[in-house]
Amino acid sequence: MRAAEALARAGLKPIVLDEAERPGGQVYRQPPVAVGRFSSAIYGFEAHKADAIHRVLADCRDRVDYRPGTLVWNLFGDRLDLLTRDGHAEQRFDRLILATGAMDRSLPFPGWTLPGVFTLGGAQIALKAQGVSIGRRVAFVGAGPLLPLVTHQYAKAGVDVVAALDATPFGAKVAQARGLLASPATFAKGLWYTARNRLHGVDVKHGIQSLRVEGDTHVETLVWRDAAGAEHHVACDAVGASFGLRAEAQLADLAGCRFAFAPDSRQWFPERSAEGRSSVAGVYLAGDGARIGGADVAELQGARTALAVLEDLGRAVDRREVARLDRALAQQARFRQALDAAYPFPRHLLDAIGDGEIVCRCEGITAGTLRQAARDKEAREVNRAKALTRIGMGRCQGRVCGEAAAELLAHACGSELQDVGRLRGQPPVKPIPIAVARLGVRSLENAAGALAESAAR
Amino acid sequence: MAAQFHRIVDRPGTPVPFTIDGEPADARQGDLLITAVLLHRPALRRFEFGAASRAGFCLMAACQDCWVRLADGRRVRACSTVVEPGMAVLIEGGGPG
Amino acid sequence: MSERLQVDVTIIGGGIAGCAAAVALRGAGLTVALLDKGLCGAGASGVNFGGVRQQGRDLAELPLARRARPLWDRLNERLGEDVEFHASGHLKIARAEAEMAELERHAKAAADHGLRLQLLGANEVRSELPWLGAEVVGGSLCAEDGHANPRVVGPAFARLARRLGADVREHAAATSAASTGSGFETRSERLAIKSRFLVNCAGVGAGKVAAWFGEDVPLTPQVPNMLVTEPLPFFITRSIGVCGGGVYLRQIARGNAILGGGAGWGDATSDRSRPLTAVSLAAMTKALAIVPALAGAHVIRTWTGIDGQMPDHIPVIGFSATTPNLVHAFGFSGHGFQLGPVVGEIIAELITQGRSTSPLAPFAIDRFANPASIEPASAVGSEQ
Repeated sequence: MRAAEALARAGLKPIVLDEAERPGGQVYRQPPVAVGRFSSAIYGFEAHKADAIHRVLADCRDRVDYRPGTLVWNLFGDRLDLLTRDGHAEQRFDRLILATGAMDRSLPFPGWTLPGVFTLGGAQIALKAQGVSIGRRVAFVGAGPLLPLVTHQYAKAGVDVVAALDATPFGAKVAQARGLLASPATFAKGLWYTARNRLHGVDVKHGIQSLRVEGDTHVETLVWRDAAGAEHHVACDAVGASFGLRAEAQLADLAGCRFAFAPDSRQWFPERSAEGRSSVAGVYLAGDGARIGGADVAELQGARTALAVLEDLGRAVDRREVARLDRALAQQARFRQALDAAYPFPRHLLDAIGDGEIVCRCEGITAGTLRQAARDKEAREVNRAKALTRIGMGRCQGRVCGEAAAELLAHACGSELQDVGRLRGQPPVKPIPIAVARLGVRSLENAAGALAESAAR
Repeated sequence: MAAQFHRIVDRPGTPVPFTIDGEPADARQGDLLITAVLLHRPALRRFEFGAASRAGFCLMAACQDCWVRLADGRRVRACSTVVEPGMAVLIEGGGPG
Repeated sequence: MSERLQVDVTIIGGGIAGCAAAVALRGAGLTVALLDKGLCGAGASGVNFGGVRQQGRDLAELPLARRARPLWDRLNERLGEDVEFHASGHLKIARAEAEMAELERHAKAAADHGLRLQLLGANEVRSELPWLGAEVVGGSLCAEDGHANPRVVGPAFARLARRLGADVREHAAATSAASTGSGFETRSERLAIKSRFLVNCAGVGAGKVAAWFGEDVPLTPQVPNMLVTEPLPFFITRSIGVCGGGVYLRQIARGNAILGGGAGWGDATSDRSRPLTAVSLAAMTKALAIVPALAGAHVIRTWTGIDGQMPDHIPVIGFSATTPNLVHAFGFSGHGFQLGPVVGEIIAELITQGRSTSPLAPFAIDRFANPASIEPASAVGSEQ
């Protein structure tokens, strides 16, 4: 939205293709219109930021071509393929800003596919977009700042939060305290959440060694080992568990953007200059879809990237605004670095994944199958492992299992994580109805004819 | 039958009648289909490749775990579909997937 | 500094044909080195539809396809793993009387080659497959045809070749090959291989290899445009093709329906290829016309790759016309999958005995020596 706003202010009429029905993405996700407004208490501290983002569209509605309910499922050259309410459509672009966001990063653990296990982000969405709790007795597990936040939001809403477990060590936060103060307001908020959680009777436990969910057909118990190695059992009917975030960079991949491996996040990101340019001319990147930075960084990057687009179009830009954004982004970068170090990726949880554990949720493929492919079928790279095991071949195309599968494969091969590569992307980036062709193909008739002809020569 | 989700925020809303495996249920206008179903049931669908059920996971249209089958043949992603009057969800009756 | 090897046979290209040749040559006691530019089986061998099909081929290919068929029955045992071969039967559908007549003609000709095809009227087809939506007037069924998983067959052959002692080098594109006094020297970035024989099964790159030996072949890239659906309840019990082409589809036991038709975009030089939206949408529409029950399904992935195509849609298999001890096997024009295992045996026959028991005259590389006699390609994509 910030990119659209900046472009609209400069007199352009940007097209905003939003997969959701209302602006806000996931962090500032709004309920469906019919729900009305939830109290700002749901958003907590972020309420004013959420309101501001939601207002952006209202403020520049006549200068922005906002298209909700539109999935961009393919990108080829200067053309986008869209799935809309009316079927298939095509959209050409001169410049493209990809602000495709992130999703929770998952790690498999025993019982993680039982009904009642959701991601932390999913638990939060249930509350803020639907006003429902994911269960009556809820346990949360995380490895990032989302854990204390969601814990606080649920506890404040009156839900019985029976456990809040951080898979990263407490010491890491203490060690990063000075860096975290680079963003004092955020640091203070974090402390506040901790204090309030205590008041609600929920202590976040740090440094948990392992976890598993037990239950016959459904979540019944969360079993976990604390930092000292002692085992705990807690009865629950829902678990919200995820471990950081992963970029949704499928369209950047289809655009041909170069990707680089980020050792600190242990995942691949599309290369992005500080101004927001990708390695492909005309394609720009902003927000968590390019690098996990959080909501504040996403807003700043959105605005900054729009200015890069304007520069590349030969337009004058306000250099003071550029400087302001660059300063703010630099400060955020210091904070972000500390935050990432405060919540290091909990690799030790991967050690506990037995051969029988499901790694690929969609296809039900186990860690044992993956390890066998590494051991007996010379699978040293994720795409070959996918071809031989079906991991990543399901509806989500590796979104949920990809990172964990790469970690397990690297471990099984004795390779560095970077060396097992990343999953190759192909359209559609999300499932599209096979019947979409019945609507809207008319608009491509001539194009289809021309393409078929040229391919036959 | 045990439900997974529970309403926390009291809000008004026109009732939306729909069915789950033929049994009538009431949702509220603005409920996503995943909410509508899980306020009444513990799961959304049977898993294709094992004796298990699924109830969704990410709630943000990314994990693709919450696809449900409707009696009219449509398959919809429950977390990104708003419940409509008369929707007939098949959990047990539609076969796996 | 190059690593130096000396072997009896160098094979350029680690698709099914190349790896099957390596296996067969090892069985005959020859030493073998194989080079693939990437991972074995990741080229055309790995991206095709997966049809294991004798029906519908150019009659020149039928003896090879007939010879290959029993190999598929024993493939799991031979390779030591499950390649998911299923003799589902292949049904080619006619939607007009003229098409039915075409199927009848083909059935007669196929019978002469020992391939039994059952011609079915509309009622017969519908009673077996009541979900068929097209205006079906009949079909031709090859009950012993079927399908397998192309992603696993090539890699499995490569691993068997290694187990049998072939020196298989991946990520080792051949950069040159030339005759020496006593045979060949083939080079990749870090290897120099001397051999008595050279095999060119380099897929779409085989034209370049042939040109190294002064043989210009009209090999062009062919890009299959493939799609797959989410898992669905299993009901498409036959592998389906249609007269007039346009779409072909099959459903695997796990429930995904695989469909293809038309050509995607590809650039052989950079080895890049992408499905084309208009082509994918057309295949989806055609699939729905044949299987209306797929209407609620979602496509979750599309893919392509680059195969090699000859103007007459049949491959080149046989000795070089210019260079002794050079064997070519390429240009499978979108339907090499079923032939792969037997092509490997034929390559080994040519090398160890100087000839093959299979009739290879139609596949001679020099049939294109007279450019005026070349028939231009009239069909896009592979007719399945």
